[in-house]
Amino acid sequence: MTDAGPLMPRRREVHPVPYWPDYKTSVPRSPNLPLLSMESTMSEETGPRFGHSVIGPLDNNLILNYTQGKAPAVGERIRMHGRVLDETGRAVPNTLVEIWQANAGGRYRHVKDTYFAPLDPNFGGCGRTVTDENGYYEFMTIRPGAYPWPNRANDWRPMHIHISVFGHAFGQRLITQMYFEGDPLIDRCPIAATIRDRSQLDRLVAPLDMQNSRPLDYLAYKFDIVLRGRRQTMFENRMEGM
Amino acid sequence: MTQPLDMLTETPSQTAGPYVHIGCIPSFAGVQGIYPEDLGLSPFRDGAKGTVITITGSVFDGTGWAMRDAMMESWQADAAGRFPGQADADPAVSGFCRFAADKDSGEFTLRTIKPGPVTNRDGSVMAPHISLWIVARGINIGLNTRIYFGDEDNSHDPLLARIEQRPRVDTLIARPTDAGSYRFDVHIQGPNETVFLDL
Repeated sequence: MTDAGPLMPRRREVHPVPYWPDYKTSVPRSPNLPLLSMESTMSEETGPRFGHSVIGPLDNNLILNYTQGKAPAVGERIRMHGRVLDETGRAVPNTLVEIWQANAGGRYRHVKDTYFAPLDPNFGGCGRTVTDENGYYEFMTIRPGAYPWPNRANDWRPMHIHISVFGHAFGQRLITQMYFEGDPLIDRCPIAATIRDRSQLDRLVAPLDMQNSRPLDYLAYKFDIVLRGRRQTMFENRMEGM
Repeated sequence: MTQPLDMLTETPSQTAGPYVHIGCIPSFAGVQGIYPEDLGLSPFRDGAKGTVITITGSVFDGTGWAMRDAMMESWQADAAGRFPGQADADPAVSGFCRFAADKDSGEFTLRTIKPGPVTNRDGSVMAPHISLWIVARGINIGLNTRIYFGDEDNSHDPLLARIEQRPRVDTLIARPTDAGSYRFDVHIQGPNETVFLDL
């Protein structure tokens, strides 16, 4: 096993602030004291690997996977696709990408979601895939609906898809959300607003991608994901055992 | 002017939200039939070398309430201190587990193999520990911490040595209860705030 080098320190300034009073739940759920920062160790530089063998043929098709292909979900058919890269620009191949989302009416299939928009009997709301050798991934799904949530008196989540990515090191672990170009609710969302740098929030807004849409079938949205990189130098990284 | 650095920037995090279970442990959310089983149900299988242990605890918010919706992932070495993928690692240890706080009690349980000490690239040796990553509604970027063990020698661990306020070291140490059982609570805020990590 080659020593891939320490992880580049996380640039916390591009990430959301932990404490944001407009997002009420963050108030008691954000640490008050500073994080303990130090260089990554073996525990962060290694991580679980999941091969293509764990993925079923319909796992990345949320239109069909809940009924195992018997009946399609209701909603605007979309293809969500992109690449997983690291900060050095290298593709991250063979890494697990998982997504979950509300249905076209803005309702989650979850015991805790009590919104009165109906469940779609043909939609579960989760999918997963493994990136190919070029870091590429894709999902077929339906565009999730916006929905109201209990926070301030009249808060609505913009349309979004939750994304979980592993990378190759536990210290690269990331969960984020993809928003959709042109959604007026993004600017009103206190969760989106936890990212204080607008140019960073824009990186979570997927553009409509007509060139990768299929006529008479689906619209495409492109969403690239960047994970932390590794610092590689011949001065400090050696093959294990040397 | 200078040459551009040509670096990309990590994608910003967003909260995992209250429905994280749908995507990560769907059967917990009541979503059945898409995958044969949830990912990361156990960090080891039968035949793994070492001692099986059980760690129980809760994640408390700033009001002292045990969070009912937290999801956690753990990552660790095998009993000899080797991670999956390294030479001579125990093939029966995957090292990775996903688990959630109970929706009624807020308590979680991690059943695993007790890890061994791990040697870093600089030759320093870390005391046995499990890396823990916590996500939930209201947590805007996942919280990293570590579980060390009260019945191990932690006196030379390079990470614990960096903690200036020595009583805070205790927030990273699981306390033995019964044989093979430990208690590990996480406090997001308050006088016992857990040491969270940035590494």
